[in-house]
Amino acid sequence: MTSSTQPPMGARGNGRRRRRDLMVPEAEFRSYYGRPIIKEPAWTIEVPWYFFAGGMAGASAPLAVAARMTGNERLARSAVTVAAAGIAVGTPLLVSDLGRPERFHHMLRVIKPTSPMSMGSWVLAAMGPAAVGAAVSDRLGILPGLGRAAEVVSGLLGPILCTYTGVLVANTAVPVWHEAGRELPLVFAGSALASAGAATTVLTPAADAGPSRRLAVVGAVLELGAAGAMERRLGELAEPYHQGPAGRYARLARGCTVLGAAAMAVAGTRRRWAAVAGSGLLLAGSALERLAVYKAGFQSARDPRYVVKPQRAGLEAANR
Amino acid sequence: MTLTDLPTPTFGGGYDGESRPRMGFFTDTSICIGCKACEVACKEWNLVPERGPLELSGTSYDNTGALGANTWRHVAFIEQEKPVQVPDVDLAAAAAAAAAAETTAPQAREGMRWLMSSDVCKHCTSAACLEVCPTGALFRTEFGTVVVQQDICNGCGYCVPACPFGVIERREDDGRVFKCTLCYDRLKDGMEPACAHACPTKSIQFGELEELRERAEGKVQALHEAGFSDARLYLHDETNGIGGAGAFFLLLDEPEVYGLPPNPVSTTRDLPRLWKAAAVAAGVVVTAVAAAVAGGRR
Repeated sequence: MTSSTQPPMGARGNGRRRRRDLMVPEAEFRSYYGRPIIKEPAWTIEVPWYFFAGGMAGASAPLAVAARMTGNERLARSAVTVAAAGIAVGTPLLVSDLGRPERFHHMLRVIKPTSPMSMGSWVLAAMGPAAVGAAVSDRLGILPGLGRAAEVVSGLLGPILCTYTGVLVANTAVPVWHEAGRELPLVFAGSALASAGAATTVLTPAADAGPSRRLAVVGAVLELGAAGAMERRLGELAEPYHQGPAGRYARLARGCTVLGAAAMAVAGTRRRWAAVAGSGLLLAGSALERLAVYKAGFQSARDPRYVVKPQRAGLEAANR
Repeated sequence: MTLTDLPTPTFGGGYDGESRPRMGFFTDTSICIGCKACEVACKEWNLVPERGPLELSGTSYDNTGALGANTWRHVAFIEQEKPVQVPDVDLAAAAAAAAAAETTAPQAREGMRWLMSSDVCKHCTSAACLEVCPTGALFRTEFGTVVVQQDICNGCGYCVPACPFGVIERREDDGRVFKCTLCYDRLKDGMEPACAHACPTKSIQFGELEELRERAEGKVQALHEAGFSDARLYLHDETNGIGGAGAFFLLLDEPEVYGLPPNPVSTTRDLPRLWKAAAVAAGVVVTAVAAAVAGGRR
């Protein structure tokens, strides 16, 4: 049998989530033995962890510059430390995901704007030494002039580092990623801001950590809002966010982020333990959100319905 | 000028005088007999390793399942509860009809039909795999085909989810990605690709793309006139989301029945919009940081 009537989208979800999908009239769907049309990504679990570490570094770098400009040296130190640590952890993760890690430097053979991975590699190659140099200079007190210059370079590149990853995954044929191209950079930006705010809150004395706590809450709100907007735009294609591993990660991510932001906003200023607990939850929420997006892509690629139905609908709209 | 504005026959990318007419495949599935000589010839010529344990998919004779790192030609088998359209042959009458140069209208009958189709890399005009490749390992040859330089590929895997057809794949024990090269080595020596050479029915036709397109138009028209209303061309012109394919098909049912996307689009067509979204998000990051710091130290 090649032509099969599949259960309606959402039929495997729970009752509450099924409601909206059932209102969509069921169309005939045909496939080749239910086999996938596109390939699942070849990436491994290092990739979402790189998104997390790189995002945290990318949002911490401008925070360091802003803190330094306002004379908050203590916060600036925490932020450059997080930026350097995030890059130092993220870059090896990225290299180890390659099929041929020893050829990592081939990433710098060409500059290709049509390849977000190429652009990201160049940003990382420029920002990595700057972020690590700024942190070393700050901690050891050597070459302060050069250290500050590196801090500024890192601060300028950071916002790109924590948002290009949204373009990276959206620029594929994977429906749940590609069709969310407008929201994914914002989801990742929110996730990055929340994690950067959380990490620097933990590392900074409470009296100097006001900006970090506010950044964490703002980031969490952005992360939740953008993720909601993403699901609304995806409509039926958002189904992976309610099923399987991606569904579990998404629910956990949003739970952690809501609780963490609440703890931080309500008691973070007065109670150190609330700020630290909130930070832990926000860091977990940020990482889980990356894992949810990552896993959703695999689930989306596996099912030919997500490829065929929107393409058919597009063809029919064009022919009408 | 974008890539998709370039004229199809030549991409004009070759160095002095090296540019060749764009070469491609026309796979006419109406005469495919599912023999898999193409799969075997491809494996032999290109030294493609074993795919894995032999297994048949569904209730068919398809034992390769899909294109991938170790399957550069894939013969799909589809069994349908649909009568085969055959000319109602009465030999004497057929001979008389042939003599009178008349076509006999096909008669619908009870029963099943088999569809067979040899799938391959489409060598797209707007090739997402090539455009997202961060190392430049994937490149456009002087024949307008898309090939991986194996000494450059570092196995980043970006091309794998970028391909709207699920063609290119990472070979896990090797780490690099592999796909059809349209027998680049044979083309350089003026030979046709191994699969086309081995095809016993000329279902796989190799040649200059412009000429193949004309031939395909003629074939589908002839089939329609003979009453085969199912026949259709897939990816034969430049109106699709990949700007035209170097390998296109004549199919007897909808593309998704063969495991092909009905309306493939190269993801990089949306890239300007995606970069704009990232720029907005980066602006949001800067604004959020500035606002958080402006709120004071405590």
